[in-house]
Amino acid sequence: MPSLPEGRVLDVVRAPAPVLATPGETVDPGAPEVVQLAADLLATQAVSPGCVGLAAQQVAVAWRVFSVDVSAHPKTRTCHGKLVLCNAEVVQASRRERGREGCMSVPDFTGDVARARRLTVRGQLPVTREWITLETDAFEAVALQHEIDHTNGLVFLDRVPGPQAVHPRRTYL
Amino acid sequence: MTVACEDRYGCAVSTELSVIAVTVLGDDRPGIVAEVTAALADLGGNLEDSTMTLLRGHFAMVVLVRTGASQAEVEAALQSVAAGGSLTVDVRVLADSGRRPDPGAAWTLRVHGADRPGIVAAVTRVVSAHGGNIVDLGTRLGADLYVLIAQVELPAAADTAALVSDLRAAAEALKVTIAFEPVDDEVL
Repeated sequence: MPSLPEGRVLDVVRAPAPVLATPGETVDPGAPEVVQLAADLLATQAVSPGCVGLAAQQVAVAWRVFSVDVSAHPKTRTCHGKLVLCNAEVVQASRRERGREGCMSVPDFTGDVARARRLTVRGQLPVTREWITLETDAFEAVALQHEIDHTNGLVFLDRVPGPQAVHPRRTYL
Repeated sequence: MTVACEDRYGCAVSTELSVIAVTVLGDDRPGIVAEVTAALADLGGNLEDSTMTLLRGHFAMVVLVRTGASQAEVEAALQSVAAGGSLTVDVRVLADSGRRPDPGAAWTLRVHGADRPGIVAAVTRVVSAHGGNIVDLGTRLGADLYVLIAQVELPAAADTAALVSDLRAAAEALKVTIAFEPVDDEVL
């Protein structure tokens, strides 16, 4: 990851905020406001207990930018550490498995969602605008799909297969 | 819950809202959900949690509605739904449950095997004996195969190894397959 300016801790918005359902705009990863947002996402994620990723929509910005860091999670296998990606998209996805996931922006519920456990993602780094391709698996793959969904205006509730797959949230972080 | 609202003359009034459970059972046909919920909406009711499914072709729905209308008013509003005789409608006021206490750890119980009377009773008796609380349960009967899936919440003090052992013993006696696995909630 290129070095970033000091990040600010931003408020995390909650559903039904319309921004969460707004597909993000493609951004210039070298633009100063995008670089600042990248730093802000990491700073906000760092002070949010248990948070492994944060998308621009969650801090009320409808851009295709997100941060992810699953290095402390026990279900992580492949890990790319602390990362911000811009304009990211899934290139290849396989080995779908169902898991139960929650989201800081949807604090009342969790949902059973099938996500690929083998994943290839392409996106741009902030500052340098370099295109990178990541191959990952397990928990990092799930987190990347969850965040890319946010940048496309989707939350996990848009992915559950049926009414029995939404549950009251059990832990409040 | 008490809310301030306006009467027909625009004067502020205080209205007691209660939670009313509406249960609808009977022969399925298109439009039941639309009719029931329209009647409740016309009463100014706000739907909260609900569930609806078909049980071997029979319509089954429970809706919790928060409303200032009385039980009698809700019953009257739903009279037309039951008028044809193919559906029964039950209306009752529930105590406001408030926030649930700590739900404990979540587990999923899956059972399948040849159908025979008593599978659900035997398996849930084991869960209950270990302090487990069943919070969601569905069963399906195929031609010969019986399937049960339940979500169970276990208190912190529960001996899960002993519970799993007892479930295995029950499975052996019933000649069914049982799986009991923890559910992990991942906050992303």
